[in-house]
Amino acid sequence: MTGTQRIGRRLVVALPYAWLLLFFLGPFLIVARIALSEAALGIPPYAPLLRWTEENVLTLVLNLGSFATLFDDPFYVDAYLRSLNVAFVSALLCLLLGYPMAYAIALAPAHRRNLLLLLVILPFWTSFLLRVMAWIGILQDQGVLNGALLSLGLIDEPLRLLYTDFAVYVGIVYCYLPFMVLPLYATLARLDPVLLQAAADLGARPFRAFVTVTLPLSLPGIVAGFMLVFIPAVGEFVIPELLGGPDAQLVGRVLWVEFFQNRDWPMASALAVALLLVLVIPIAVFQHLAARR
Amino acid sequence: MRRRLPWLSLALGAGYAFLYLPIALLVLLSFNDSRLVTSWTGFSFRWYVALWNNDALVSAALLSLRIATVSATGALVLGTLAGFVLARFGLFRGRALFGAMVAAPLVMPEVITGLSLLLLFVSLAEAVGWPGERGVTTITIAHVTFAAAYVAVVVQSRLADVDESLEEAAMDLGARPWTVFGTITLPLIAPALASGWLLAFTLSLDDLVIASFTSGPGATTLPMVVFSAMRLGLTPELFALATIIIALVTVALFLALRLGRVASAAARV
Repeated sequence: MTGTQRIGRRLVVALPYAWLLLFFLGPFLIVARIALSEAALGIPPYAPLLRWTEENVLTLVLNLGSFATLFDDPFYVDAYLRSLNVAFVSALLCLLLGYPMAYAIALAPAHRRNLLLLLVILPFWTSFLLRVMAWIGILQDQGVLNGALLSLGLIDEPLRLLYTDFAVYVGIVYCYLPFMVLPLYATLARLDPVLLQAAADLGARPFRAFVTVTLPLSLPGIVAGFMLVFIPAVGEFVIPELLGGPDAQLVGRVLWVEFFQNRDWPMASALAVALLLVLVIPIAVFQHLAARR
Repeated sequence: MRRRLPWLSLALGAGYAFLYLPIALLVLLSFNDSRLVTSWTGFSFRWYVALWNNDALVSAALLSLRIATVSATGALVLGTLAGFVLARFGLFRGRALFGAMVAAPLVMPEVITGLSLLLLFVSLAEAVGWPGERGVTTITIAHVTFAAAYVAVVVQSRLADVDESLEEAAMDLGARPWTVFGTITLPLIAPALASGWLLAFTLSLDDLVIASFTSGPGATTLPMVVFSAMRLGLTPELFALATIIIALVTVALFLALRLGRVASAAARV
């Protein structure tokens, strides 16, 4: 490699590297910094960490108050536990729904797979908000589902469906399903059919062959899909806000309120730092899988 | 193997029904003369007319399209470089961190990305006086950053399928790296670039949370307008908007698929 080429190579790495350092990694440090500041009236609404005291000494003032509140107030702890729970159940539901779909697509004739896969992705390309809106129309008291059940005489008065945990699960599963199907399909499509043939030749029934051959081999896809749903769902804001009840206080929603309504930037930052810490292990697992690809 | 197919096909059909019935409902209701979702009083285009006359929605849509065009292009450049580096540069110092920074935005909860970028912009404004006012520029930077990750993944996986020996052969014949990239690599990954740009465009057009954090008083994007309208209740105007978006996306995706097929066929020749 000549010298110019080496410089060119460095430049190609440096541009995206610098961008991501500045606009992706750097901001996290600032969040951590502001989480340790005191809330203050003003623009921006937090006190600086480094301050001149009356004796003209530069002092570092770290305020752990936001983190203390986070651990003391059961409201915040509950929000994290609820979010983890909702995200876990949603990811599991996505898996149960998405696995048969991905498997069916992987087994479909080769010329049809692209179209079938495109049909899974297509809803993802249409507006996320408007898809959530469709579910409001279906689930609300005067909605399509209640209307249908009433006119069939199955119920006498509208069921409470919207603004419940049920609605939140439906919304998350609906919006995140493509993220589950794609990685599952990628691993299942690579599966060698000869292995299943061998299992059958050795006398395994289809179910046993599935459990002992297909399922373990598709594990990377299962984990990747699970993480792609679980991690963003923990911090989801729009779906619990629009479909959930007033008690569905998930972390994303709590953070939003702290920031936009209470204008408590240090508290919002502390919530973000804690959320990131909660998600560090799942994110690391996802990175590991992504790097292996 | 064959015996399991019937119920698998059934599951696939049920999955598609789950995915498409709500969308079909949106389209149907957008042509309903009634305001109520439960009664069909006749076919009408009135909500499309109302949408056209809703100045706030139309100007927000134009702003969103502008931001999406610029940020998709930026994300394409940045993401292609990142994907190329990850697929072709092998090991270099700092590769692990680089890989992590490219993959993490894919799963990072939006509230974290949005808040952290806003705090960066506020701190930068304090430290160096830029950006003076938050708005279109800051939203665009935020969108470039998170959409580039998606482009990088698309480009990287496409490059993994492209035979590296073609590029090596051109090198051996004396072509300079940039010539190789321009005449061999780029045409080979053109379909991935097209779908990467489209993906970045849609992500930007669709984003509510990150834009809400990084926007200023002057810039209201389409999702922000839709979100505040939705909080007040459903209006058939929004169904009409959804139908237009669905129609555009469907056409664009099938065109991209077509073009992709043509491009990859041309690349194979």
